[in-house]
Parts: sequence; C-alpha cells; structure tokens
Amino acid sequence: MTEHTDVRHAGEAHASTRTYLVIAAILTIITIIEVGVFYVPTLHAILPPTLIILSAAKFTLVVGFYMHLKYDHSLFRAVFLFPLAIALAVIVGLLFLFRVL
Amino acid sequence: MSHAAVAHHTSTGLDSRKIAFWTFIGSECLLFGSLIATYLVYQGRSVSGPTTHEILNIPLTSISTFDLLMSSLAMVLALAAVQRGDRTWTRVWLATTALLGAVFLGFQAYEFQHFVHEGLGFTTSLFGSTFFTLTGFHGAHVFVGVLWLLTLLVRSFQGKLGPAKALNVEIAGLYWHFVDVVWIVIFTVVYLIQTTPLPAA
Repeated sequence: MTEHTDVRHAGEAHASTRTYLVIAAILTIITIIEVGVFYVPTLHAILPPTLIILSAAKFTLVVGFYMHLKYDHSLFRAVFLFPLAIALAVIVGLLFLFRVL
Repeated sequence: MSHAAVAHHTSTGLDSRKIAFWTFIGSECLLFGSLIATYLVYQGRSVSGPTTHEILNIPLTSISTFDLLMSSLAMVLALAAVQRGDRTWTRVWLATTALLGAVFLGFQAYEFQHFVHEGLGFTTSLFGSTFFTLTGFHGAHVFVGVLWLLTLLVRSFQGKLGPAKALNVEIAGLYWHFVDVVWIVIFTVVYLIQTTPLPAA
C-alpha cells in the first residue's frame, strides 16, 4: 500500500472546528452588514461597490476555508481560478457590450 | 497521512477525483457567470410585468441566505466528523446540512409561487425569464446537493462511510460550498444591488 501514500487525501488536516465557527460568525456579520447598509439611505450612492466588496469577502472566506483552497495544492486553485477569471471577464465584457456599464 | 483512504498513484500526487471535481466546479463558474451576465444585461429592459423593486422580498431572502450559509458550516463539520471517524456527528451534520438545504428550497418554492401569484411568470418579461432561469438553475443545484447528502447519510447508516471514504464527503462538500458561493453572488447582484431603493425625485 505504500504506493498509495503519496496521494493527498481528504483526511489531511485543514482547519480546526474553532476556525470553522469563527468563519461562520464572520460570514453572518458580513451578511448582517450587507442587509443593514441596504436600508441606510445615505449609503445608497456607494452601495454597489460596498456590496460587491462584502460579497467578495464572503466568497473568498467560503472558498478559502470551507472548500479548503487556502490549504490545498496550488493546482486546485489554478483549476478553479482560471475559469472563474474567464467567467468574470464574460460578465464584465457583456455588460460593456450591452452598455450596461 | 492521517487516514488510509484508498486512492491510486497519480503523476501529480493528487487524487484524480478531486482534480476532476475542481475542474467541474470551474465549468460551473462559466455556467453561472453566463446566467448572471444574461440577467444583468437584460435587467431593466422589461416592457411589462412587475419589476425588481416591486416584487423581490429582501428580508425573506436574507433569512434564506443565512440558512444556506449555516448549511455550509454544517457541511464542513460533517467532513471534520467523518475524518475523525465520529459516525454519530457525521450523521448529525449531514442530516443538518440536508435539512437546511431543504429549508432553502422551501423558501425558493414560496418565493416562486408568490411571484407567479403577483403576475411574474417565466414568459411574462425579460426579468421573469432571466430571474427564473438563474435562480431556478441554482435551486436545481441545491436539490441535487440535498439528494447527494441524503445518499451519504444512507451510506453512513449502512456503515459504509468511515474515514477511508472521507473523500466522498469532501467532494460532496465542495459541491455544496460552491452552491453556497453562487448564492452569495446572486443575493448581492440580483437582490441587493438591483433592488436598491431609487433616490427620491
């Protein structure tokens, strides 16, 4: 079975339960802030960039800690981030093409 | 290596199933990127039917968003439990994740039937078509995820989901967390930004 031991498994340590709970608390707080700023009229001028930044923070936390991309091999990051970058480029490109931006 | 998971030798030293699944998730990024782009391009171009400001319910969707976020926590705790060989907590967290997923689907079903009742169907307007396509695809992914979790739960009760099979739970978790991050984007882009109250004239 020694030939099997060089393959990285799901059994590898990633983060502690405490870390997962802290991340959940942060995600909850960010969500409360998102919904909170939505109802503050004085913040409506900067609402889209604020919400996008907060959403990106939540996205990064889930992908980094819950999906373990922060701890996993860089190949997984590449396989995920490359199509993600293309998807973002498609969104931005279409918004410019249709003059939404 | 803390667990004797069964895997084959690979040239990368990484499990092929995990690489394949990350590649699948990458392709899903393109799918949802296209759906979100289509929604945004046609946003505000409907000539009939209710608009986002009139129909989207932010408080309700905030609760369902929180529900899905907590399901991600339950999922990652299920993975931790199966990795340490704790069968009881593996079952508890898998069942919790599936239940929270089902609750999310309940919220979505309620929202859809409310929209139809308010006069927004799939073919009513560009908003209706793009909204139901985007959120419907996401809901279908959640539904598949719930079925997957229930399958794992059954395997656990059969005694076939120990630490050696932790990768099965990890891959299901990757899928579930991806569904969660897609909703994070949809909640911000479709619900919060698009329904920002218009400034008083």
